[in-house]
Amino acid sequence: MSANARDAAERVRPGKILAALEPQWVWDRGEALIRFLLLLAAAFAVFATLAIVISLLSDAAVFFRRVSPLDFYTGTTWDPDIEEVFGVLPLLTGTLIIAGGAALIGLPLGLGSAVFLREYAPPRVREIVKPVLEILAGIPTIVFGFFAIFTISPILQDWFNADFLNGANAIIVIGIMIVPLVSSLSEDALTAVPVELRDGALALGATRYEAVSRVVVPAGLSGIVASFILAFSRAVGETMVVLLVAGQTTVIQLDIFRQMNTMAGFIAQRATGDLAVDDPSYLSLFAVGLTLFAITLGLNLLSDLFRARFREAYE
Amino acid sequence: MFRRPAARGESTVTEAEPERIPEPAVSVVIEDPAIESKNLSVWYRRKQAIKDVSLRIPRRKTTAIIGPSGCGKSTYLRAINRMNDTILGCRTTGEMLVEKEDAYGPNVDPVLLRRKIGLIFQKPNPFPKSVFRNIAFGIQLHYRANSGELEGIVKSALEQANLWDEVKDRLDESALGLSGGQQQRLCIARALAIEPEFLLMDEPCSALDPVATAKIEDLMFELRKEVTIVIVTHNMQQAARVADYTAFMYLGRLVEFNRTRDLFEKPREELTENYITGRFG
Amino acid sequence: MRPKSLRVRKAKEAAYLAGFVLAVLAALAVLGVLLWSIVAQAWPQLRWSLLTNYPLTDSTRVSEAGYASAIVGTLWVVGLTLALSLPLGIGAGIYLEEYARQSRISRVLQAGVTNLAGVPSVVFGLLGLALFVRAFGLGKVVLAASLTLTILVFPYVVITTREAIRAVPQSIRDGALALGATKWQTIRRQVLPAAAPGLLTGSIIAAARAMGETAPLIVLGSIPLMQFLPWGPDSLFVVMPVQIYAYFKTGPAWHGVAAAGMVILLLILFAVNGAAVVLRNRLQRQRW
Repeated sequence: MSANARDAAERVRPGKILAALEPQWVWDRGEALIRFLLLLAAAFAVFATLAIVISLLSDAAVFFRRVSPLDFYTGTTWDPDIEEVFGVLPLLTGTLIIAGGAALIGLPLGLGSAVFLREYAPPRVREIVKPVLEILAGIPTIVFGFFAIFTISPILQDWFNADFLNGANAIIVIGIMIVPLVSSLSEDALTAVPVELRDGALALGATRYEAVSRVVVPAGLSGIVASFILAFSRAVGETMVVLLVAGQTTVIQLDIFRQMNTMAGFIAQRATGDLAVDDPSYLSLFAVGLTLFAITLGLNLLSDLFRARFREAYE
Repeated sequence: MFRRPAARGESTVTEAEPERIPEPAVSVVIEDPAIESKNLSVWYRRKQAIKDVSLRIPRRKTTAIIGPSGCGKSTYLRAINRMNDTILGCRTTGEMLVEKEDAYGPNVDPVLLRRKIGLIFQKPNPFPKSVFRNIAFGIQLHYRANSGELEGIVKSALEQANLWDEVKDRLDESALGLSGGQQQRLCIARALAIEPEFLLMDEPCSALDPVATAKIEDLMFELRKEVTIVIVTHNMQQAARVADYTAFMYLGRLVEFNRTRDLFEKPREELTENYITGRFG
Repeated sequence: MRPKSLRVRKAKEAAYLAGFVLAVLAALAVLGVLLWSIVAQAWPQLRWSLLTNYPLTDSTRVSEAGYASAIVGTLWVVGLTLALSLPLGIGAGIYLEEYARQSRISRVLQAGVTNLAGVPSVVFGLLGLALFVRAFGLGKVVLAASLTLTILVFPYVVITTREAIRAVPQSIRDGALALGATKWQTIRRQVLPAAAPGLLTGSIIAAARAMGETAPLIVLGSIPLMQFLPWGPDSLFVVMPVQIYAYFKTGPAWHGVAAAGMVILLLILFAVNGAAVVLRNRLQRQRW
């Protein structure tokens, strides 16, 4: 018996003298206490989520007493200084356009790279590409923002006559940023699809591409969709890139080569922490934050749904 | 210091002995074989799974390959339609002549080769699609067909596989809802839909109950007039029931090949006899 | 019914393959250009005094500016965040993996963890601002930042902890239990030591995440251009990413300093992540 095991055995069954001093119920209570503490730790996430909801709601509620939700959600201008006009649609459309555009770039690239890594890449190539994708995933977003300002923006200005700050900057860079996420999650989904399905397709005379696209990807579709939604949600919440390169607007603006803003970018821009607590500008941040939170929460739950369906099939 | 002095005439050079593969006992010479392997060897990285196998498989008959686990029979089967190509680190030497043309030759594309050769796997592997789409899959890979033609082919393939009556009302339902035996017959129908000349079956009944097994064996009996069947099985009774010819493999080499009845009743090799009588395996 | 041309089918495959290879190459190229453009911008400003000088806004003294306060601020904030989040996250991971594996409770709790991971980082900033800075009355200090980042980083610690614990073979647990050890004793004395490398990797990943977070701390009220070093949990603070952003915003003359700051940050992150990878490889090489 190793020393550890012996220790454990002795602790649990103390000798007769000790037994009189420390009855079994002490051990049991100790175990129960530990289990309870650990349960609390696990529940921390739920507490934290509740804290988020409450803190957002409470300030947003004050806001909505001054500005009607209807005006907020249908208003098309944001002009707190001149009049108290808080229409969130400009931010909402900006968010959708930028996140949507980023998804258009990042989702196919990510899925393509997952298929490539899974089906085509020889082991040596895999060993290079996977770490590179991981590094890409670990780079702070502020660095990507910098990249957009110094590399992407000039190109867009030259080729497309864009403004210095424009939406396309963010679209391109965020699209690239989400590729590692899509790639890794999609690869997991593709790996979970049994190899017999692919072999069956190959045995019928399919090319590797046909086997992957007609059998493996459709088989893993719910998992892939789950990863798409998650990546889109990430794009929706992206802040620093938008802060650095997208700009500001107060009206709905659909031209990606001009300035645009998203909800997340807006919050970071306006939150200087020095505004008075009942200043509507300060409170508006929470209304926007609440909206942003609700959207990403909805997307994440949707993604969970698809992931659950995927698990049902393959695990 | 510890070597004894060489006796007169004895070489003092010791070298690793290349493995000497004994000649297989081929009791029947197949004229005009549909499939013929010549000195076929297959390596998985360093390990040699198939050792110099030369085997002739007769046309439109059923040939069984039997042998203990790990003897290479599945590998041999998969070498016929180059499915081993999909395994990393797999190397094949020698020739595998399918209708006189070497499957591993420079001008042969595995995609077209596999259109002529169907492979049924040990565990039924229907695609997670409808019954109809499963059967149509192979056709749509290789041909442009309109829906009328497709329906006709699907129906005839399912009839050929003795499955039509059981699924004709469920064509659009998922194939995964069928029983194991039905799924395997579906896989056979799927393979038959593209009119292969050969049907390779890798222990097709090992995951099925006896009733389903019997149905598939009946099916094989009907199909032998149209396709050349090669079946790998660890069940000797099955080989005796369905196969016209049987090959016995052991540790990657061909040991004996004969008409099934002769192989089982009068095995020429001691190894074969030991396997058949259950002394190992 | 006509046969399809094999050449066309192969061409389709080649076309998509080319597309995929381009995609992968594009990712690699982006990384390269990214790093290069930053280093190029930073080059004139790379000097040791970056680490020891305080921030400035006087454009005539660009080459005297530095990140001293931000570096110390990052150390404080990240350190405190780890001190708070690691016990919490590892504890949660232990519970979910060892005590409640398949029950309905565990699924709800795990969903809570995953959903927390999906919350945009700015929202954490708002939470921190409303709850810790204002409601708790802490003010815009290190402690508020650390509490906020703890919540942000918590899900990642849980996920990596679960993975590390899951990798421990069941036989180890069974062996201890069979000898009469209680559940907690088994965990404390057998499972956790066995999972230690994975836990360490997870901690390092959490630290790296915390180091790179900018948006929540901007919202929270990190004060760039601080002229003194943060002294403790109750001190005002600035962290590297926020300082970099502040320099950047100050004007084009400061872009070099901002880039230099990024180089410092990237070097640290690179070292930290590299350590994590090395540890993970060592973990994987251990065969039970």
